[in-house]
Amino acid sequence: MSLQEEVELLRHIPLFSKIDPSKLKLLAFTSERLAYQDDQILFNQGDSGDAAYIIMSGGAAILIETDTGPIEVARLKKGDVVGEIAILCDVPRTATVQAKDSLTTLKVTKDTFFRLVTEFPQIAVEIMRELAARLEQTNVQLRAAHSSK
Amino acid sequence: METSLFRFIWRYSKRDQIILLIITGLSFPFLYYSLDLPKTIINKAIGGKNLPEELFGYPVDQVSYLMLLSGGFLALVCINGGFKYYVNVFRGQLGERMLRRLRFDLYAKILRFPLPHFRRVSQGEVIQMVTGEVEPLGGFVGDSIALPAFQGGTLLTILVFMFIQDWVLGLAAIALYPIQGYMIPKLQWHVNQLGKARVRNVRRLSEKIGESISGIQDVHANDGARWAMAGVTDRLGTIYDIRFEIYRRKFFIKFLNNFIAQLTPFFFYSIGGYLVIKGDLTFGALVAVLAAYKDLSAPWKELLTYYQRLADAKIKYDQVVEQFDPSGTLPEDMQHAELERDFRLAGPISTANLSLLDDEGQPIIENLSLTVEAKERVAVVGPGAGGKDLLVMLLARLLMPDGGQITIAGKEIASLPEAATGRRIGYVGPSAYVFNSTLRENILLGAMHRPVVPVPDDFGDVAERNKNLENARLSGNALDDLAADWVDYEAIGVEQGPALNQRLSELLETVDLADDTYALGLRGTIDPETRPEVAERILMARRTLRDRLAELGMAGLVESFDEAHYNTNATVAENLLFGTPVGTNFALENIAENVYVRQVLDKTGLTEDFIRIGRDVASTMVELFVDLPPDHEFFTQYSFISSEDLPEFQILVGRAERLGLAGMAAEDRDRFLSLPFKLIPARHRLGLIDDDARARILEARKVFATDLPEDLLGSVEFFSADRYNAAASLQDNILFGKVAYGQADAGARVGEALAEVIEAEDLRGVVIEIGLEFEVGIGGSRLSTGQRQKVGLARTLLRRPDVLIFNEATAALDSGSQAKVMANIFKEAEGRAMVWALQRASLGERFDRVVVVRGGRIVETGAFAELRDVESGALKLLLGEE
Repeated sequence: MSLQEEVELLRHIPLFSKIDPSKLKLLAFTSERLAYQDDQILFNQGDSGDAAYIIMSGGAAILIETDTGPIEVARLKKGDVVGEIAILCDVPRTATVQAKDSLTTLKVTKDTFFRLVTEFPQIAVEIMRELAARLEQTNVQLRAAHSSK
Repeated sequence: METSLFRFIWRYSKRDQIILLIITGLSFPFLYYSLDLPKTIINKAIGGKNLPEELFGYPVDQVSYLMLLSGGFLALVCINGGFKYYVNVFRGQLGERMLRRLRFDLYAKILRFPLPHFRRVSQGEVIQMVTGEVEPLGGFVGDSIALPAFQGGTLLTILVFMFIQDWVLGLAAIALYPIQGYMIPKLQWHVNQLGKARVRNVRRLSEKIGESISGIQDVHANDGARWAMAGVTDRLGTIYDIRFEIYRRKFFIKFLNNFIAQLTPFFFYSIGGYLVIKGDLTFGALVAVLAAYKDLSAPWKELLTYYQRLADAKIKYDQVVEQFDPSGTLPEDMQHAELERDFRLAGPISTANLSLLDDEGQPIIENLSLTVEAKERVAVVGPGAGGKDLLVMLLARLLMPDGGQITIAGKEIASLPEAATGRRIGYVGPSAYVFNSTLRENILLGAMHRPVVPVPDDFGDVAERNKNLENARLSGNALDDLAADWVDYEAIGVEQGPALNQRLSELLETVDLADDTYALGLRGTIDPETRPEVAERILMARRTLRDRLAELGMAGLVESFDEAHYNTNATVAENLLFGTPVGTNFALENIAENVYVRQVLDKTGLTEDFIRIGRDVASTMVELFVDLPPDHEFFTQYSFISSEDLPEFQILVGRAERLGLAGMAAEDRDRFLSLPFKLIPARHRLGLIDDDARARILEARKVFATDLPEDLLGSVEFFSADRYNAAASLQDNILFGKVAYGQADAGARVGEALAEVIEAEDLRGVVIEIGLEFEVGIGGSRLSTGQRQKVGLARTLLRRPDVLIFNEATAALDSGSQAKVMANIFKEAEGRAMVWALQRASLGERFDRVVVVRGGRIVETGAFAELRDVESGALKLLLGEE
């Protein structure tokens, strides 16, 4: 997959959809693309987070550690982003992520991300907007859950 | 050191000076005849008066007589020249020898300075003295006795000659000497004073420069450059003023001398001319006197210059020597005395009423008495300025006490030679110094006290060695051969060779430096010519690693070099060369300009491709980076084009769009051509090196190798699956390929497999051995502070001292390493007395006993477990502060 294809894919991810394509290209160029073997661990629950991963192909399992061992709570697919919270604020990873179905990701490190954001504030604005939308959605879900009780 | 310059000269060069004097004396008769002969030539041979009838029984006419005398004159000129040449060479050699001796003596003195003296002298000053200031002394020593004798003798000879010709003329020639003799010293005295001031101020300048170099980090970190420059300007200004004043006075003296020298001929013309006219003096004699006077001015000038140099040399000598004689200097024999073979210091340490004063005479260690049992391990703790460091430095005899005494194993250490304290006591301070050499030599230094195994008699150039030795002896320098084996294997307790390597390896483990050395070893390399068996084993490991990776299903993580395949994880340049560049010809930054590479590209039709790809790279880079500020980190991390060059490429890309590549100027095309060499397809993912380009680069690879001209053969070491690549690191040799980009954790996983293979092939020892050859840089600058400290620890443990003394020796290590290293040292030091001044009191827990030193006295002593709970006890207090 070339840089151009990576940019195409990024453009279809909501978090990045409003960002100027030339900046997405810079993001792709400065990020590492990584292929995983199945069941290889991207990161473990409780690790400190230094990068976000964008799934370019294949999938990944999100595992939560429980007393009876890890259980899979969700499955990520192409175009999903994982670990983005960790590069925005210093919280430990809230889940373990494991590669499935010949996973390929674009690894965006915290450093790269912040350098991009400080240089091009419009990226920050777009991401803020997307996060706010997510928050709103969570609120709606919460309210719905509350009223249905 | 001799107190005066002439005492120094006389003591060490008596014989030579006397020889010089004798030769000088022998030359005078010849000089006299060379002055006298012209008179005979003019008066007899040319004037034709009193011509002898025959000479040595043969009849002579006027012309042959003239020729004979002229021939004699020529011979005298040659003899005089010969004397001068011989004397000059002899003098020069003598001077150099004495300079060499003086420098060596000064250096040897530095090595015996008491440590506190180094607080008062700066490095810059001392170096300036040993290297710069004494330099003119060398030249002077050769001249010191012979020159005044020779020039004085010459002067006298000429004067005698003149007086014999006519006493009035002789008197005229020296009439003004008394005036000069009176005035010059007076004027010179002022110059001498200025000379002293100049020496002092140049020293202060070197001190300032030395200080700036040592503190360069702090100068930068505190934006102190202007302050530093103002300081230097101030000192330069003082030196300028002094030098200018010296010049003014010196040239005035010169002017006076010249004027007087020019004045004397006035007497000759007037008085001499009058005498000739009156017929009291022959014309020949006047000419000879005039000629002699011309000769007279040279030695007279030399004597005056000598007088100035003498003054200068005396000042320099006195000023240097007084700096090199601090009180408390270690006597010479204490540094040089050897020990009996079985000398040991194993036993209890005890100090009685120990005291130490600071520069102001205030006690900083006071009446301190301490006993450490033969096998006891004692921790010394206390506040930073409480004197714990001074106490342990006293125990290691790095400081001499002002009162009281220290005995170790019943011997008073104050009078022991350094061979005893520096070998049987092991001391490591808080910042061990690492010398500019290899890691290995830095550790072995701990047991390199004297040459142990002499150089075999037939080793190397024997004549050259003997000559050097003889010269060293004549200059009173060290006679120890640097090429001998200095390692005291007996002290280390192992034989030379594999056993020593094994021991070094163990020590590296002890001080927790083995992994670091291993990593350095992987980055190092060997010469397969000299170590074919190691090269062979590395090649074996190369094959094992490949098999192992395949076995683990990790074959995809390393892309091996394969002559027939394009390596997508390597740069285009590497793919083209298919080898490692040696030297600069094919280095990545030069390869695009290399004429031969360009020929290869032309031959394989790649030039146009490269220009096109280069244009694409440039336009992508311009697109990606154009909005970034020039100092953005992305440039150095990711860009193919530096921020300074980016605007130019922006223009070039525009031009290419307008004119088409074919229409561009050759130099613009060359700019594009240089870009693709750095491309790594798998990493950069620009999709610019397509299959077609790859096939052609492979073809170019073949052409490059086959057509490589002879003079470039040494510039590249080709990859070959069954040959060791001397230009590549050990690690690259084992990998023989590139770790794949884009595979998660590839580096770490391959590293693990590599370590496994190295372990399995029993190569770890070899890698560590190679790591030990790592050059550590000036002051060990290529090592971290912690690593340097570990080298210092290993160095001391190497020779198995009887007593171990540590002064915050692990403070520079990180806390994980610190606990490990301390535990290892405890094991290593089992059964020996150990005193350790600790940076933190809590570290004292593992020691047999803790001594708390505060205000230069022991305030508490006992087992850690007991003292920690003593209500308002000193240790409890210290622990509370941590």
